[in-house]
Amino acid sequence: MAIRAQFEGNNEIGVFAKLTNSYCLVAIGGSENFYSVFEGEIGDTIPVVHASIAGCRVIGRMCVGNRHGLLVPNTTTDQELQHIRNALPDTVKIYRAEEKLSALGNVIACNDYVALVHPDLDRETEDLLVDTLNVEVFRHTVANNVLVGSYTVFSNQGGMVSPKTSVEDLDELSSLLQVPLVAGTVNRGSDVLAAGLVVNDWMAVCGHDTTSTEVSVLESVFKLSDHEPSQIQTQMRDSLVDTLS
Amino acid sequence: MEYLNDGGFRETHYSLIACCRCGLQIEPNPTNMCVDCLRSDVDITEDIPKTSALSFCRSCERYLQPPNQWIKAELESRELLAVCLKKLKGLSKVKLVDAGFVWTEPHSMRVKVKLTVQKEVMNGALLQQVFIVEYVVQSHMCDDCHRVEAKDFWRAVVQVRQKIDHKKTFFYLEQLILKHKAHRNTVNIKPMADGLDFFFTKQDDAKKLVDFLSAFVPSRHITGKELVSHDIRNNKFTYKYTFSVEIVPICKDNIICLPQKTAQQMGSINPLCIVLRVTQNIHVIDPNTLQVAELSSANYWRDPFTALVSVKQLTEFMVMEIDLVPDKERPFRPRVSNKHALADVYVARTSDLGVNEIQFHCRTHLGHILKVGDTVLGFDFTNANLNHQHFEKMKSDKVPDVMLIKKVFDNARRMRRRKWKLHRFEGADELDTESVTRDYNDFLNDLEEDQGLRENINIYKDASKITVELEDTDDEGIPQISLQEMLEDLHITEDATGGEGAAMME
Repeated sequence: MAIRAQFEGNNEIGVFAKLTNSYCLVAIGGSENFYSVFEGEIGDTIPVVHASIAGCRVIGRMCVGNRHGLLVPNTTTDQELQHIRNALPDTVKIYRAEEKLSALGNVIACNDYVALVHPDLDRETEDLLVDTLNVEVFRHTVANNVLVGSYTVFSNQGGMVSPKTSVEDLDELSSLLQVPLVAGTVNRGSDVLAAGLVVNDWMAVCGHDTTSTEVSVLESVFKLSDHEPSQIQTQMRDSLVDTLS
Repeated sequence: MEYLNDGGFRETHYSLIACCRCGLQIEPNPTNMCVDCLRSDVDITEDIPKTSALSFCRSCERYLQPPNQWIKAELESRELLAVCLKKLKGLSKVKLVDAGFVWTEPHSMRVKVKLTVQKEVMNGALLQQVFIVEYVVQSHMCDDCHRVEAKDFWRAVVQVRQKIDHKKTFFYLEQLILKHKAHRNTVNIKPMADGLDFFFTKQDDAKKLVDFLSAFVPSRHITGKELVSHDIRNNKFTYKYTFSVEIVPICKDNIICLPQKTAQQMGSINPLCIVLRVTQNIHVIDPNTLQVAELSSANYWRDPFTALVSVKQLTEFMVMEIDLVPDKERPFRPRVSNKHALADVYVARTSDLGVNEIQFHCRTHLGHILKVGDTVLGFDFTNANLNHQHFEKMKSDKVPDVMLIKKVFDNARRMRRRKWKLHRFEGADELDTESVTRDYNDFLNDLEEDQGLRENINIYKDASKITVELEDTDDEGIPQISLQEMLEDLHITEDATGGEGAAMME
């Protein structure tokens, strides 16, 4: 299931939110509308937390995380770090990364098992990624662009890359990440996917401008649809076969 | 194997994406939208009007190029395309790639222009679109034609006047103006009593003609202006200017009596003398001594006078006896004419012949052309009743009985033998009355007799007469113009219609 949201009139909701399988961070806005979208959908399963990083609202681009942990840039204040620690489950490890490419969200894309990182990322940060997020790290570019975190979004089910990616790159990435990938757009043709879309294994939130065509593409690749053909094939087949036999 | 394109780079195969509007599978582009969706989304020609109007002046067949230029242009020509494109407002916001005409029926008063434009739309995608703009040709009279139509439009007028009883000076002026094309900017030329009016749209053009006239004929002018309208808000005044040019009322073959002071300034010439010709200056000759002198315009106007005797007052005489005066016996004068010869003549009135035996003795400057038996025009002072302030001051013993002015030739034969012609103003010869025609013939005679007069004007060969060989050897010494002095008239023998073309406009 994919839903549309807007942060104070802005469609780039991936900038203002971070969604993983075990927690969700939301920027502190002027109104609670944006927060309510997340709270209403997933508030009863995982914690939805108001947060800021280094005093900024663009938390989605500053930090990177998955079910196992969260990496924040070294500009994060102690108070902010403490607040996040208090709000998140105890199983989630939180670390500050001493990384010069401090917009971690832009340079790292990850799910619970693999991470795609900027080719120039520090070796220490890579080690930290392995320790904190329990992921295998690949240095790669997407569509000749080093900002893999901005142009790629993927969950454990599937992933989406910028439309400029060549077929060869798509195949290579798909085999590295071990998830099906497609090229697509959000927000009516925008190729900055991570800015217009946050996704975990069972839900996705995209910008208000996203067309129904784009929604249907991302629902199918992230396997969010309630009426998935796989379900028909897997769950209903047994009963069908039962009655027929 | 890899496909290499011309640049040698590896061509990338993009995976197809769904168009974000309709889901059609397309190659990725900057908008990530299929062309049809993009078209429906953005219209790059929305700022450009699809219909417009062209202003066309029917009388001069020109198009208005905004803001106020009128341009001659054929249908489907480059010039017209330029005018059409200038008319379109929003064209600066797009890049014009191509423009051309779509054929329309000429009488439909519609012009259709097909335009191809490009414009950058969102995220740097370049969109190209072809569309047709229809122009309605509206007739709109241009300012120039409006003025012509209003007929009496003028800003400045030059009134040329000469207060004498014939028009020869104006025939001379006409030739001067034609030769120097001084009438080029005139709106209208109107004959008036005692002269001509030249109308102009600009004051400068009128000034030019006034300068021209003052350079070629002795004249003076005064200017006046009349306020037509004024705008008190921006201090703009519109005037009509009038230049009144007065030409000296003295002509060739007049007898004049100079004021005493003027005569002294002109080398102490005898005040009673004959006008040889009037060009920039007045050339006079004293028939008793052959002394010549020139009176400049400025000197004339310092002390103006009228002619004593005009040509119409002359009477015919017959030469009874003639004796040339040798140079030694001629009274010495500083400047004398070498084209004339001094002679003692005895003449009798033609009307007196066979009635009485009255003869007059006089001295004349026409000794070089007079023979016994010739007819000559002269003035008889014995019977004259003249009212002239300077003449009355002269002592009676200084006044001769008769003063001979010019020899008389057979006019009909002269006209027959004339192998040249002059150009005239358009329509000038249609209005001529009999007296004007006589004046014109006199003017032509004067030209033949005086080389100094014809120096300033153009004389053309008369093709209809030059071919006829006249076997008439008995020419009595009639003065003629040599072939070398004549110009070949320019004729365009065949024009586009295959007919005889009109003579070149002067």
